[in-house]
Amino acid sequence: MSFMSEAFLKLDRVKLAHFEESVVKKLLLGCALFCIVVTIGIVFLLFEEAIGFFAQVPLSDFLLGTNWAPMFEPRSFGVLPLICGTFWVTLGAALIGLPTGLGIGLFLNDFAPSWIRNLVKPVLEILAGIPTVVYGYFALTVITPWLQGLLPSVEVFNAASAAIVVGLMVLPMVASLCDDAIKSVPRAVKEAGFALGATKSEVALQVTIPSALSGIVASFILAISRAFGETMAVTLAAGSTPKLTLNPFESVQTLTAYIVQVSTGDTPQGSIEYKSIFAVGLLLLVVSLLFNMLAFYLVKKYRTVGE
Amino acid sequence: MMTDYELTQGSASIGSPPINGVATQSRQVPLESRQWRPRRTRRKYVGYMFLLLTLAATLLGVAALYVLLESVISQGWARLSWDFISNFPSRIASRAGIKAALFGSIYLTGLVAVIAIPVGVGAAVYLEEFAADTKWRRVIDINIANLAGVPSIVYGMLGLMLFVRICAFGHSLLAGACTMSLLILPVIIVTAREALKTVPNGVRLAALGLGATKWQTIRAHVLPTALPGILTGVILSLSRAVGETAPLLMIGALSYMAFVPESPMDDFTVLPIQIFNWSSRPQDEFRVAAAAGILVLLAILLTVNSCAIFMRMRFQRKMQW
Repeated sequence: MSFMSEAFLKLDRVKLAHFEESVVKKLLLGCALFCIVVTIGIVFLLFEEAIGFFAQVPLSDFLLGTNWAPMFEPRSFGVLPLICGTFWVTLGAALIGLPTGLGIGLFLNDFAPSWIRNLVKPVLEILAGIPTVVYGYFALTVITPWLQGLLPSVEVFNAASAAIVVGLMVLPMVASLCDDAIKSVPRAVKEAGFALGATKSEVALQVTIPSALSGIVASFILAISRAFGETMAVTLAAGSTPKLTLNPFESVQTLTAYIVQVSTGDTPQGSIEYKSIFAVGLLLLVVSLLFNMLAFYLVKKYRTVGE
Repeated sequence: MMTDYELTQGSASIGSPPINGVATQSRQVPLESRQWRPRRTRRKYVGYMFLLLTLAATLLGVAALYVLLESVISQGWARLSWDFISNFPSRIASRAGIKAALFGSIYLTGLVAVIAIPVGVGAAVYLEEFAADTKWRRVIDINIANLAGVPSIVYGMLGLMLFVRICAFGHSLLAGACTMSLLILPVIIVTAREALKTVPNGVRLAALGLGATKWQTIRAHVLPTALPGILTGVILSLSRAVGETAPLLMIGALSYMAFVPESPMDDFTVLPIQIFNWSSRPQDEFRVAAAAGILVLLAILLTVNSCAIFMRMRFQRKMQW
């Protein structure tokens, strides 16, 4: 009798385990699908609000207009001045962050002794972990006064200072991604170069970089995408004056800074300038997704180069 | 690379007998230029220059961190005091403190951990352990990678619409925590999957071979083995949540708060927003307060991150299979 009940118990436990298994599996599947729901949510909500905006402002006026004046009459919603500000900051950040990051990656892999490597790596990790608002503070209190010392005509809020600080911000990311890409170049390929009599720098420039190119370019694109969507440092350092300008030492406004300006002000919900942030947000989302897709595509397409 | 060696026509035929026209031509070239010219000195200096350039890049990174920390410490160190930590913000800069922001940050991070860790680790376990390698899984993969690249302020807009409006949480701690959870979810999933990948397959096969179900295997063997790696990723992503500002500004976290939030439905502010607010004021006294706030924030982040690094080191030592 007791033997029987034990067998039943055992059977139950097996059943229970399988039941548990199926429940858990569904729960976990739910977690994974949640990510898709989030994506759909982002796209849907942005579109919904942006459509309301584009019903009042034609798409062509938005994309091609050269005057951004959402707060004052006569209102005008030409996004080009905001794009101009974002472009200057992104370009400057790329000019500073990308070559420097690649240089660090090469130095750590091909030139530096291991103790320097062990010293620099944590420095990069700390830099990468510093919140963006701290970089904004740094731009306002250190970089802008420094620029003003060099060039007296520099305004308190300016694109150059924001660009420098965003360049420093993407630096650790570029450096560590380039470091990974360079590390994955097979040793034999480099040694073949040395065997032919090439110097270290020749191997770095003509063997290592071409072999690791897909990873390097992908890191560059991800960095540009990050600089493009960067918000706090840019809001603090670049100011809030949307304008089409060629002078990087003037105050500009970026796409992200505009969103912050509207959402921290007391703009009534449902008004046209309130809806405009969703159009700007949609633009941000689309461009950064394009950057990301490009990076993945490049990595996938050229992955075999180093192998 | 070959161009640097400057091989002349004469030396190009070294090793192959001069039978063709090229070799006959080379006979007319003066003896001197037929020599192999490795141009060692020039290449050596180019090499030094290149080394100097990469060294300069590295020094720039180190110098940036030094200058940043130096400026923050020199400005904010003197302002740090118990009063600064235990006072509420104030219009008078010398009396302003970070109590509300500090508590807000701590509560927010706690709530984010409660929301984001189960969902993130759950999704990672599903994708690594259960999902077959089908089209659907690839769609989810690409989706997560793309979510990680969405600018943080766009998450803020999503949070504003979804949690503040549709769910009617208002500008509350809960709305902030939900928004922040969405933001760090992709990071948690990616790092947790990496950790799960490092678990040797033998562990799974051994458990399954003894009759365990898949979930029993995962719960009792795979997850404990991957735990340090998962925790490292979770801690790093939580530290990102501590420092993130833009999405919380979007959902309307306050910049002036004279009380500590008591329930998830209360209004809140966090340290980065307090710092943003103080930095954007023109008065020097507020800038000093911002520097002191930054010091507190960096101290928190450094503590949290060194926990992660410590665990990673222990993990690496233990993972000698």
